[in-house]
This record gives sequence, structure tokens and C-alpha cells, in this order.
Amino acid sequence: MPRQHGAGFKMFRFLLGRLAVLIPTFVGVSIIAFSFIRLLPGDPVALLSGERVMSPERHAEISHALGFDRPIVVQYLDYLWGVLHGDFGTSIVTKKPVIDQFFDLFPATVELSLCAILFAVILGIPAGVIAAIKRGSAVDQAMMGTALVGFSMPIFWWGLLLIMLVSGMLQWTPVSGRISLMYFFPPVTGFMLVDSLLSGQAGAFKSAVSHLILPTIVLGTIPLAVIARQTRSAMLEVLSEDYVRTARAKGLSTFRVVGVHALRNAMIPVVTTIGLQVGVMLAGAILTETIFSWPGIGKWMVDSVSRRDYAVIQGGLLVIAAVIMLVNLIVDLLYGLINPRIRH
Amino acid sequence: MSQAAATSTVSTDPSRRARLAEFWYYFSENRGAVIGLVFFLFLVLLAVFAPWIAPHDPVAQYRDAVLVPPVWQEGGRAGFLLGTDAVGRDMLSRLIYGTRFSLFVGVIVTTLSLVGGIALGVIAGYFRGWVDTVIMRVMDIILAFPSLLLALVLVAVLGPGLVNAMIAIALVFQPHFVRLTRAAVMSEKTRDYVVAAKVAGAGHGRLMFKTILPNCMAPLIVQATLSFSSAILDAAALGFLGMGAQPPTPEWGTMLAEAREFISSHWWVVTLPGIAILITVLAINLMGDGLRDALDPKLKRS
Repeated sequence: MPRQHGAGFKMFRFLLGRLAVLIPTFVGVSIIAFSFIRLLPGDPVALLSGERVMSPERHAEISHALGFDRPIVVQYLDYLWGVLHGDFGTSIVTKKPVIDQFFDLFPATVELSLCAILFAVILGIPAGVIAAIKRGSAVDQAMMGTALVGFSMPIFWWGLLLIMLVSGMLQWTPVSGRISLMYFFPPVTGFMLVDSLLSGQAGAFKSAVSHLILPTIVLGTIPLAVIARQTRSAMLEVLSEDYVRTARAKGLSTFRVVGVHALRNAMIPVVTTIGLQVGVMLAGAILTETIFSWPGIGKWMVDSVSRRDYAVIQGGLLVIAAVIMLVNLIVDLLYGLINPRIRH
Repeated sequence: MSQAAATSTVSTDPSRRARLAEFWYYFSENRGAVIGLVFFLFLVLLAVFAPWIAPHDPVAQYRDAVLVPPVWQEGGRAGFLLGTDAVGRDMLSRLIYGTRFSLFVGVIVTTLSLVGGIALGVIAGYFRGWVDTVIMRVMDIILAFPSLLLALVLVAVLGPGLVNAMIAIALVFQPHFVRLTRAAVMSEKTRDYVVAAKVAGAGHGRLMFKTILPNCMAPLIVQATLSFSSAILDAAALGFLGMGAQPPTPEWGTMLAEAREFISSHWWVVTLPGIAILITVLAINLMGDGLRDALDPKLKRS
């Protein structure tokens, strides 16, 4: 007979199981970030210090300071030790610690990603539900056709197109940045929407919102399409189940059947899909932020690649992977809470 | 012996034909999928016969015809149906040649990630144990990065260019095939027909690739169409970021990168390459939806 455990214990064991997978993955990710700089053609000492012409003495000095004169295993453990203490290296260009830059820019990406996922959920779930209820109708076909176009969209072009139409021809929204240059206030939370409200400056919030609209649409397009399609197929599956038929037979209104009985169960796979969009968002942020000059980590990485700031690429790669792993862990835990079946 | 061979040809051939007919029945029921297929075949023809179809050399610069608008607009010229770009190259010819690069990227990336993914996935799912653990942990590591970021950094290591972009994208796509294959192999492995083949004395290699693998292909084919279109999108994105195909290659993403500064003045140089990417990816995704309906019995009729 298996012993009965409380829900808390099961949750704890679930967490331990996830950590047992996450820790080796993090070590692997750190090995990739560590080897990256050593795989590049050229002298890693020169690449990391950013000094192209050095005397042999200077080279030996930097090499020693960076630890390149020690065995490779010691170098790696040293690197990992530094990472665990928050030392992700120093930018060659700005001479600032990578982790500080990351935390300066990360809120901008989070703000944009949250708005985009909100945009995708608010439009995508109702669209999927309506398409499922009106399955096979012209509305369904139009919505799913649009969703497939959204899913196939090259978002960097979509961004350019929207800039051309909405900012260029209609002049409704600004082209780039997070807020108009005429407003200046110190960052409190790092989220422009909140900070502009806190600043109390007239028009600042409106300016922040108008800067956010197009990037939100561009970054939210693919998640919107994915969520709409996923909601539709999850709803169709649930609507054909016995308990929904029973609820219908009892004479409950369509609204009640769909809203109360079906939607709740259909949401389980949809929540997973939303969780999986985190990585997609960060990949999309690389393109969206580049197009709209949005000062987040996506643009930071692209700029670092073109500036050959290898220290930032190395550090950024590791921090971003760590953040994604952390978010995925949280999503997994939340998922375990709403769907008790997977904890067994 | 010869009799056995004869019966097997008699018995399997009609069933294979019947299966193909059944597949086509479900596939052709999906009107979008058929439209996608027709358009895709059209693109293949364009790519193959590009040198004969394209009116101009895609890299020839006509200095007297810089930024000519498409023919239906004021100032358009009959010689340049879709206009010219900033250095006087014919847009239509560049777009036609661009199909070659996009389809090539799709084919190579899908083949690389499919073959590598199947091999690793079958091994992991068949042997389990530490081999499985090692393979799956490595795949988890690749999946821990946003795909485009990892591809971008890989290209930064390997050097910008279309070939390196394809290698990077194939590497990033591989884990999805490994996971799918492994899951399918694990569910097939304990079936009666596999046990029967094992008892009959089939070796590991035969069991893995001849007995089990053919029964795992349906989800892999669907994933392959999906990665075909994603590969085209990602290669174009890398080209747009300056890390894929390099100018003057008429690759659609690279063309968009070159056209960025004309966004407010000359719409056609920005709009046309994007439409080409969109409809190509859309056609392949339409086909993918049809394939999924036809191959996945669980989703059939839903």
C-alpha cells in the first residue's frame, strides 16, 4: 500500500523533481556560455578585454587577471563560482558589469512582453471560444484564416509595415523608443507605464502608452494566433464531452454551458500554451525591440553581437537562459496547482 | 521464399495504395491545404526555373532606374514590373531568385534537424537508461535558450552567412524532433509487433529503424512541415539582423534589411519582400494543417 501524503508533500516532491532536471541543465548552459568565448576565432584574452594591440607583458597581465593561465577546469569552476555570486563579466564597450546592464534593461522587456501576452490572451481566448461555438461558419473560417496568417507572419516585416502605415501615413503613434524625449523622470519601478504615472507629469502616461501600442501588437501577434487556435481546439474537444452534453440537456443556456462548464476545462491546455510563449516572447523581443529601438534585452543582445561585445553576449546568454528556466519552473508549479492530475 | 515475397507484394501494395488514397481523401477535404500545396508547387517551379523566368539578373544594377515604382504607379516602367530598389536592381527578379534561397533553407534545415533528431530520439527512446538521460539533458540545454538568440550567437561564432545560419537554425530545431521521436518510440516499443520481431531475432538496428520508426512518422512529418516554415522565417530574421545571407544576395530577409531606410518614401522595396515571405510561409503552414488532419487520427474530423 502506498503511503498517503498531503498535497504539500506532493508539491514539494514535484518541486524537487523539477530541480533535479533544472540544475544539470543550468550547469550545461553555463558550460556553453563558458566555452562560447573560447570557441570564437581569435584570442579570447583580446576578445574579453577589448584591447586589440597589447604588449606581451600587458597580454600576460590581463591573461592572469582573467585567469586564462590556469587549467581549463579551474577556469570553468572559477567562472561558475563568479556566476553564482552574480559576476557575469564586464562589458568591453561600456565597462559596466553585465548583470547591472541586464537589470537596467530587463524591465523594459518585461513590460513589453506582459503587454503583448495580455493583448494575445484578451483577444485570443474569446476568438477561439467564438470560433469553436460557431464551428464551420463563416466567422470560424475568417477567424482561423486570420490566425493562420498571424502565425505565419514575419514579425520584423509586420513591424515595419505598421510603422509605415500607422506612424508614417496616419501619424498616430511614435516610431521608436519608450517615451517622448520631452519627459524625464528617474526610474522607480523600471516600468514606464507605472513610472510615468508616478511622475505626475501631464501627458507622460499617454506618451508611454502610445509608444507601447505598436510593439505590443507586433510582439503579441504570434502568441495571439497560437492562443486562438489552441483555445478553439481545446474547446471543441471539451464541447463534445458527456458532461457538457448533460449540462446542455439540463436546459442550461449556451452561455452558461460554455462559460462555466466547458471553458474551465478547456483552459488547462491553453495555460500551458501561454506558459510556453515565454521563450517565444524573448525570441520575438529580439526582433521587435530592434525594429522599434526599444531599450530592452533583445536589442541589447543584437547590438552586442554587432558591436562584438563578447563579454555581454556570454553573460547575457547565461542570464537570459537562467531567467527562462526560472519562469518555466514557476509556470510548471502553477500548472501543478490548477491541474492536480500531473502531480502524480 | 519466392512465394512469400509474391504474397507480400500482393498484400502490401494495395494496402499502401489504399492508405495513400485515404490520405489524399482527408488531405483534399481541406481546401486550404490544397491551395497551399498548389502555391507551394508554383514556388518550386519558380525556384527551379528562376534563370528563365526572371526578366533581369537579380544583382544587375541599372543606374538609370533607381527606385522606379511598380508599373501600375505613376513613373513606373514596363521593363520593371514591380519596380527597382535603391541601387536599381529589378525587384521582381530578386523576389523570384529569393524563392531559391528560402526553399533551399527550408529543405536543408528540415533535413538536418529531422535526420539528426530522429537518430538521437530513436536511440534515446529505445535504449533508455543513461544514454537517454544524457541525450535529453543536452536537448534541455538547447531548449533553455530562446531559439533565435541561440541561432544569433551561433552565427556570431561561426561568422555571418546563409550556410552558418542554416546550421545554427537546424541545431536549434533539433530538440523538437528528438522529443517527438523519443515519445513515439517509447509508446511503440512495448507493442506486440515489436516484441514479435524481437522474438523472431531482429537486431537492435533493425528493431529501431525498420520495425518501430515507420510507425512513428506521422507526428514527425507534421513537425517537419512546421519547421520548414519556421526555418524560412528564422533565416529571413537572421538575414534582417545582418547575420544571415549577405548583400547582394537576393534573400528576402536581407532585402528587407537593405530596404529599412526607405520605409517612409518607397513602399514597394519594404512591402514586397515581406509579402513574399508571408505567403510562402502561409502556404506551407496551410499544407501542414492539412497533413495533420490527414495523418493524425485523433484530430481527424475535429
